[in-house]
Amino acid sequence: MIDVLVNNWPLFAEGFVSTIELFALAAIGSLVLGTILATMRVSPVPVLRTAGAGYVNIVRNTPLTLVFFFFVFAYPRLGLVELSFFTLAVVSLTVYTAAFVCETVRAGINTVPLGQGEASRALGLTFPQTLISVVVPQAFRSVVPPLTSVMIALLKNTTIAAGFSVHEAGAITPALSERGEPILLGMLWIVIGFLILVLPLSAMQRTLEKRWRVAR
Amino acid sequence: MSSVLYDIPGPKAKARNATFGVVASLVVIAVLGFIGYRFAATGQFDPLKWSWLEYQTIQLDLLNALKATLSAFVVGAALALVFGAVFALARLSDHAWLRAPAAVVVEFFRAIPLVILIFTLYYALPKAGVTVGVFWSLVIGLTLYNGSVLAEVFRAGVEAMPKGQSEAAYALGLRKSQVMTTVLLPQAVRAMLPTIISQLVVLLKDTALGFLITYQELLFEARYLGGLGEFGRPIIPTAMVVAAVYISLCMLLSWLANYLERRNRRKVRYAGAAVAKPTVAETQDELKIDTLQAE
Amino acid sequence: MRVRTLAVGLLVGSLALTACGKQGGPSQLGSAPSQAPATGVTVDGSPTFDKIKARGRVVIGVKQDQPYLGQLNPTTHKYEGFDIEIAKLVAAKLGYGEDKIDYKPIPSQSREQAIQNGDVDFYVGTYTINDKRKQQVSFAGPYYMAGQDLLVRKDDTSITGPTSLKGKKVCSVTGSTPIQRVRDQQLTEPNNIVEFQGYQQCVDQLLSKQVDVVTTDDAILKGYAAQSPDQLKVVGKPFSQEPYGVGLAHDDKALRTKIDDVLQQAEQDGTWKQIYDATLGKSGSPAPTPPQIDRY
Repeated sequence: MIDVLVNNWPLFAEGFVSTIELFALAAIGSLVLGTILATMRVSPVPVLRTAGAGYVNIVRNTPLTLVFFFFVFAYPRLGLVELSFFTLAVVSLTVYTAAFVCETVRAGINTVPLGQGEASRALGLTFPQTLISVVVPQAFRSVVPPLTSVMIALLKNTTIAAGFSVHEAGAITPALSERGEPILLGMLWIVIGFLILVLPLSAMQRTLEKRWRVAR
Repeated sequence: MSSVLYDIPGPKAKARNATFGVVASLVVIAVLGFIGYRFAATGQFDPLKWSWLEYQTIQLDLLNALKATLSAFVVGAALALVFGAVFALARLSDHAWLRAPAAVVVEFFRAIPLVILIFTLYYALPKAGVTVGVFWSLVIGLTLYNGSVLAEVFRAGVEAMPKGQSEAAYALGLRKSQVMTTVLLPQAVRAMLPTIISQLVVLLKDTALGFLITYQELLFEARYLGGLGEFGRPIIPTAMVVAAVYISLCMLLSWLANYLERRNRRKVRYAGAAVAKPTVAETQDELKIDTLQAE
Repeated sequence: MRVRTLAVGLLVGSLALTACGKQGGPSQLGSAPSQAPATGVTVDGSPTFDKIKARGRVVIGVKQDQPYLGQLNPTTHKYEGFDIEIAKLVAAKLGYGEDKIDYKPIPSQSREQAIQNGDVDFYVGTYTINDKRKQQVSFAGPYYMAGQDLLVRKDDTSITGPTSLKGKKVCSVTGSTPIQRVRDQQLTEPNNIVEFQGYQQCVDQLLSKQVDVVTTDDAILKGYAAQSPDQLKVVGKPFSQEPYGVGLAHDDKALRTKIDDVLQQAEQDGTWKQIYDATLGKSGSPAPTPPQIDRY
């Protein structure tokens, strides 16, 4: 059973390194873009709220494969900056995941009871103070566990890039098939690889969820 | 509009917000305008690139592709619901020999990326002498993954039922299976309906993965039509049309989920006005649904 | 809400369009002179031919997604291309005109199975003759000598053959023999190899300059070049030999001999060249000499 892994070590190693790179870059990108979108959606400016809501509603109802399709096949036709397949994959994952990050963050802000903000304003705290010392610490607690779920989903979603010419973990199965290696055993190793990546994340999620639920 | 972040704006804030509004509108218009300009500049609005829509055979092909997408969705959804129900029951069983393997199966399929699952079915099974074809590779993959997620949803729903429900049912002399099928499950399903439908939206979106194993669904058709030389390779127009179809299908389902959720909530509030602080609980539910959909 | 209304509107609009579609299409394909069906044809001792006769129609397995080779025209729903013309020619010489042919699209991986099951009477569709396949089916022909070649953008003069691929992005279908050959012979760096599920996707990427070369059998490449002759060209230095044959049942020697005769005659009397010029010839690549029929 270990043969499959040893004989194809470069394939597995490169695949997973590439998956982790994709994940890390898209995670950072989507957290930033998602937070910006969430800010738009809770802002007092109607135009920004509409724009944010429009983005979220369209992207959330689009299959990720279609987002990839658009960036990998359609985007190059627009004659803009030329990007590598890897970059296009990062962009697709970022654009898609940002919509979910946005909704999580926004819902998190909404979990902070109205009275908290009103009380802090009554105490004479300025807007940044209200935000930094009252709203964010409370919102953060309820946001992190579901945000971890979004990130786990992102990690699994990176495998779609395999269909768009990025050699990551999802591309291992077809490559094994091409080499005539036993695929089921190969898949077992891929699963183990993903478990190694996912389990710490979900363990963290569970701990945080428990600890912070008690604290509230 | 008052939120935890802002008070109702006064005259000064109103003026400031109005300025922001103007600037924001300009930025949004500029972004959309730039995209439109790039489309126009690269000839995406050229009539030739849209003329494929006029041909009857192509319209029929598109409808067939839509049918392929929907049939993968319908079969996958039906099987996933059955799979979910069976495994939820197994996980709720009193017998450890049933509970443990069910838990392993559900956790296993939830941990694997769906793409890997579909690829394995598509590439590995023919080597083992079983040819399932693209349709079933896709549908089985969708079933195993979404079925496992649904199993957890059902289980959570049943476990969230107030204890009094099952106690009362047992007190009436119902058997274990009767308690489950006539008392707990119907209520749980009703309570979890929005979440279940949200998961079906995920399933619908995931049918597009069939593209990766050349199942001839909408996206595949878009790629094919987008490569036709006689229409100037209209890949952007075809992508736009197919996107519109996908988005409207998913929105329809999402809207149904939201509608059911609102209706449920209204009834609950009406029935039990004493239930305190619904806002926080509601947003938490919303959080759960949202993260579910990211998958 | 507005977005939703728009989306629904678009959907309804596209459905409404269906009711009043245009017929026919802007097909650019020239067609080869059609052959009058022969009369009184007999092929003694051929079980397949007996079956065709009993049915009164001939069922031919083809490809449906190879432009100018075997393609289902999306606007007319007619099959077109070089392989299709060869199939028509064979059918005509067996006594069956265009109106008596049923085409059946069969993907590459199920060709042997379809022939063995008798789902098709014979198969014409970029079917490379090799010894492994000869154990399961038999081949008439070859009717075309294909070879791995390179498709590039018309203005690209830097790529002249397999040795000039270093530093170029090379695209082909995931797991296909051509991309394996590029990898094994290290014709380019491993990170310059790009794989997609279909040649069409590679050609798309070639046109939008995301890749520099598409590689596979020259016949397939010529088909794509014929689609856009002012944007693409085939380099024309094949570096492998892929003889395309007509696949048929393993034990049907009588029909095989008959089809060999048909192909040989077509190659000699110029019909073969007419077919080539009307289809793959549109790519700008001149007609090669037809291959020697291999009667085994």
